[in-house]
Amino acid sequence: MRSLLSVLLIGVPVTLILTLVGLSHGMIQDSQRRQRGSGADIVVRAPNAKAVLNQSAAALPEAFVPRLAQEPNVVAAMGVVSHPIEVILMVNGVNLDEVNRMTGGLHYLAGGKFSGPDDVILDQYYAEQKKKHVGDTIEIINHPWHICGIVEGGVLSHILVPLKTLQELDAESNKLSQIYLRLDNPANTDAVISHLKSEPGLADYNIWSMQELTSQIQESVNNQGLSAFVVVIMSIGVVIGFAVVCLSMYMAVLQRTREIGILKSLGGSRTFILRIILTEAWIMGIGGTILGIALSFAARTAIQSFQPASFQMDIVLPWWPRVLALTLVAATLGALYPGLNAAAHDPIEALAYE
Amino acid sequence: MNNGEIISVRGLHKTYRVGSVDVPALRGVDLSVAAGEFLSIVGPSGSGKSTLFHIIGGLTPPTAGEVVVAGENLAALTDGGRTRMRRRTVGFVFQKFNLLPNLTARDNIAVAHYLAGTNPKPDAKFEEILGLLGIAARLDHKPNALSGGEQQRVAIARAIVKHPAILLADEPTGNLDTENSRAVLEILRDLNTRTGQTILMITHNPEAAGYGHRTVHMRDGKLVA
Repeated sequence: MRSLLSVLLIGVPVTLILTLVGLSHGMIQDSQRRQRGSGADIVVRAPNAKAVLNQSAAALPEAFVPRLAQEPNVVAAMGVVSHPIEVILMVNGVNLDEVNRMTGGLHYLAGGKFSGPDDVILDQYYAEQKKKHVGDTIEIINHPWHICGIVEGGVLSHILVPLKTLQELDAESNKLSQIYLRLDNPANTDAVISHLKSEPGLADYNIWSMQELTSQIQESVNNQGLSAFVVVIMSIGVVIGFAVVCLSMYMAVLQRTREIGILKSLGGSRTFILRIILTEAWIMGIGGTILGIALSFAARTAIQSFQPASFQMDIVLPWWPRVLALTLVAATLGALYPGLNAAAHDPIEALAYE
Repeated sequence: MNNGEIISVRGLHKTYRVGSVDVPALRGVDLSVAAGEFLSIVGPSGSGKSTLFHIIGGLTPPTAGEVVVAGENLAALTDGGRTRMRRRTVGFVFQKFNLLPNLTARDNIAVAHYLAGTNPKPDAKFEEILGLLGIAARLDHKPNALSGGEQQRVAIARAIVKHPAILLADEPTGNLDTENSRAVLEILRDLNTRTGQTILMITHNPEAAGYGHRTVHMRDGKLVA
């Protein structure tokens, strides 16, 4: 019972670490997937714009869209306004004609395109999360919206509204957060970027290939402290694992004092006793890791059920051996003191222990 | 009985320190035991029997004096040396059996085998002893499923599986009823007779002591006539 409880207590921080890493990985992947899902090859953003989190800074003139659409090799241009809501969810203000030219058309699961300024299109995940259907009203950015369509997810944000309406709500008339460009051939991406940067008035703007953008999303998220956060949680996990194993093995040594005496009377050396204690701790560590991995699947299922749009969690296999190594380090450190204590027991006193 | 000396104790002293007080447990013991001898040590509580047993068994070092067991001078041994001696040279049988509770009888015996580093394959001599002990059918049971008599037989099997030079039995019948006591004592005597196993047995019981070839008495940390 003591061992099972210890395995559970080790499993919880393992789950915490794997869930956090899975969320971080999943949300970055989702963000990158959505950017790629736009069908664009190049994205243009305002000077000083970052890859993520400040997408709402609508500082690009809307007039850039027709201008960029005329550039050589550009076959489609799409202007988008982004407005962050909730945790990291975005509302995208779009022109559906541009979206259709860029992506080849949204895939509607229910309803259809905008028919009024207060219409909203949700993807299936956000609709499921909010339990909304076509025809329902939904409050977003303190504004009531009429749900006109539900589309398959994976293109831009989970929530699409008419570009003009969002610009008015943000008091950013004729301004955009970003402009996506689709080229006749993705192989021309570098050449087009070089050309655009040499254009008068565009030199200061951020013009990235989608590959650059997705890698910058990763970098940006890391730089904004998520890596440090993961390290902090990992450290807490190691400390908890250490404390649990230390307490558990200390109890075990107390409970088994007489057995330790028996083993010593049979010729068990200090190393043999220490090895037994460490082996038990390692088994608990391995058990806790396996339980933590199993619970991380449960956490992902729960997240997918309750918040499918807001949070995406991946199962990150490369982290399994890492958490196992961390757990074993914690278990070893935790078992060392009780183990050495047990190894140093006087056999006569241990045999007399009741 | 073999005539060679297997245990030689000369001027043995042992003093325990309890807090800041020195408590003498042995005050100059001289003892000689021949190989193959079955020696009974009798004495009241606190006479030093168990301390003598612990020193000869390598569980604790002597404070002064000379103790040679199977050619090894115990006073010169380190903790590691005494551990190696317990592993190979001596086997213990305790009053409270002291079996590992989570292991079956077979595994209890196997642990001693493992620690001694002896050949784990069953040898004919040990099979014969198992037959003598009458526990062959009970080997897959854990101690809590065995009677006191059976547990003590398993403890004897565990003690002799590595064929130790000396078997040390500390009140082996202290927790047994009359019938089981007699059975265990007969097993010890049989073992001594058939295999020439040297046995030192501590007991309070004069009748039990009678199973040995010779009885020595202890009082106040000394052997008395």
